[in-house]
Amino acid sequence: MKDKRATMKETVASLVKDGDTVVIEGFTHLICFAAGHEIIRQGRKGLTLARLTPDLIYDQMIAAGCAKKLVFSWAGNPGIGSLHAFRRAVESKPPTLELEEYSHFGMVARLCAGSANLPFWPLRNYGGTDIPKANKLIKQVDCPFTGEKLAAVPALRPDVTIVHAQRADQSGNTQIWGLMGVQKEAAFASKKVIVVVEEIVEESVIRSDPNRTLIPGLQVDAVVCEPWGAHPSYAQGYYDRDNDFYAAWDKIARDEASLKKYLDEFVFGVRDRAGYMKRNPGLAERLKAKDLVCAGVNYGY
Amino acid sequence: MPQTAETAFTLNELMCVLAAREIKDGDVVFVGIGLPNLACNLARATHAPNMTLIYESGAVGAIPERVPPSIGDPALVTGSLMVCSMQDIFQCFLQNGKIQVGFLGGAQVDKFGNINTTVVGPYENPKVRLPGSGGASEIALHAARVLIVTKLDRRAFPEKVDFITSTGKRVKKVITNMGIMEPDAKTGELVLTALYPGVTKEQAQENLGWKLTSRDPLGAVDLPHDDEIKLLREKLDPKRLHIK
Repeated sequence: MKDKRATMKETVASLVKDGDTVVIEGFTHLICFAAGHEIIRQGRKGLTLARLTPDLIYDQMIAAGCAKKLVFSWAGNPGIGSLHAFRRAVESKPPTLELEEYSHFGMVARLCAGSANLPFWPLRNYGGTDIPKANKLIKQVDCPFTGEKLAAVPALRPDVTIVHAQRADQSGNTQIWGLMGVQKEAAFASKKVIVVVEEIVEESVIRSDPNRTLIPGLQVDAVVCEPWGAHPSYAQGYYDRDNDFYAAWDKIARDEASLKKYLDEFVFGVRDRAGYMKRNPGLAERLKAKDLVCAGVNYGY
Repeated sequence: MPQTAETAFTLNELMCVLAAREIKDGDVVFVGIGLPNLACNLARATHAPNMTLIYESGAVGAIPERVPPSIGDPALVTGSLMVCSMQDIFQCFLQNGKIQVGFLGGAQVDKFGNINTTVVGPYENPKVRLPGSGGASEIALHAARVLIVTKLDRRAFPEKVDFITSTGKRVKKVITNMGIMEPDAKTGELVLTALYPGVTKEQAQENLGWKLTSRDPLGAVDLPHDDEIKLLREKLDPKRLHIK
């Protein structure tokens, strides 16, 4: 099997281009901050950033000037409040960020269509709401069998999708447990796929538990190993979500100067995730997961 | 509100208890974070041990040890009955009609229970940009009963919302800090159906952007029982994150 391992720097340099539609997925869980930071360091411009919940990582990328457009369904700091760089961009007169807005189900449906190589996906949604008025790409279709009016959303086919995961082998067979979000659909919808993992394991480890594989290596272009690459998001079984940092971000991002200072120190001021971890002493001890190992199953026949 | 030593409870505790009582044993409940999540934990610990908690992040039958600070908290995974993709959550569960109760909140709620979580002001050039729908607009359409738990405030309850993110068609009850509103069976307009002790209709009206009509007579509110308050304070929210 092909060895697709590379550094984050090499991978972003070769696979993420100015103007691309980029998806860094992960619903609360497994959001790849390490990749977002490398994209910022390499100064990518004009990106269309798509994901359900832009979260802190897209707030940082918007602040760093990477984004031209945001495609999303919920742009807040979960449990805390606003994404301030996002709000500044959208509330400025005129706005400096284009928006294309759906609901979660709408975004999931777009990736389902993309992953199934269909032009659109039908869903029973949006009746009585103003969301289709705000986004003309949400249309209505008649069911050819029952005549029922259904909503339809267009397929999302990202240029590149970045998925964080617990482990993969060197050819990109990727195993995820805990919340899976839309990681699989996003990977299959995408033209190029980068997998970033906590650990590279032997192919035999993957083969010992094939039901755990969410994304097969045949769909993956590059495998990057960067432990703690999802922080302040989390990796089940590896480290907890840094809820304190999510709360702290509210204050950091409220002020443009303090946000810039954060980027200077923790993004531009380091070379990679190992450097980032050195800048955050005590973090690993504070967030490291407790063990809770399941027994596994019998695959015999 | 007059309180004696034995019945002293906070408004958040009252709202939480009233929300918990809306859940029937066996219900499948699509839940967010904060007070509604605590209400679900209380219902499960009291009259609804067979309820199922479902989170849009993919956890089904979750029994979180900590009140989740986010909707995708790792504690929702540990010990839950099933963890599935979001495609499964929205298609197999929600759109397929498996959800009885959905909890929603919002920056603005109008007289028909429509919710705005998108913008204050015009969409193209908003005064305040809010987070958007998330899963709310589909929960509002597909959960059999939608419950809103929020505080009455003139700005939060305008006659007409600036943007309809989630429709009010399935709203069954609005549990506020002053009383309860329910939709009129004919018009769909939210009417006052119960007031908490010590609150007047005039006070409720002052905090609402439309002319409030009341059911006659108003219903009685069964105030929180000591065992419910004890459970909330000692077991379910010992750090008082939500019931302060």
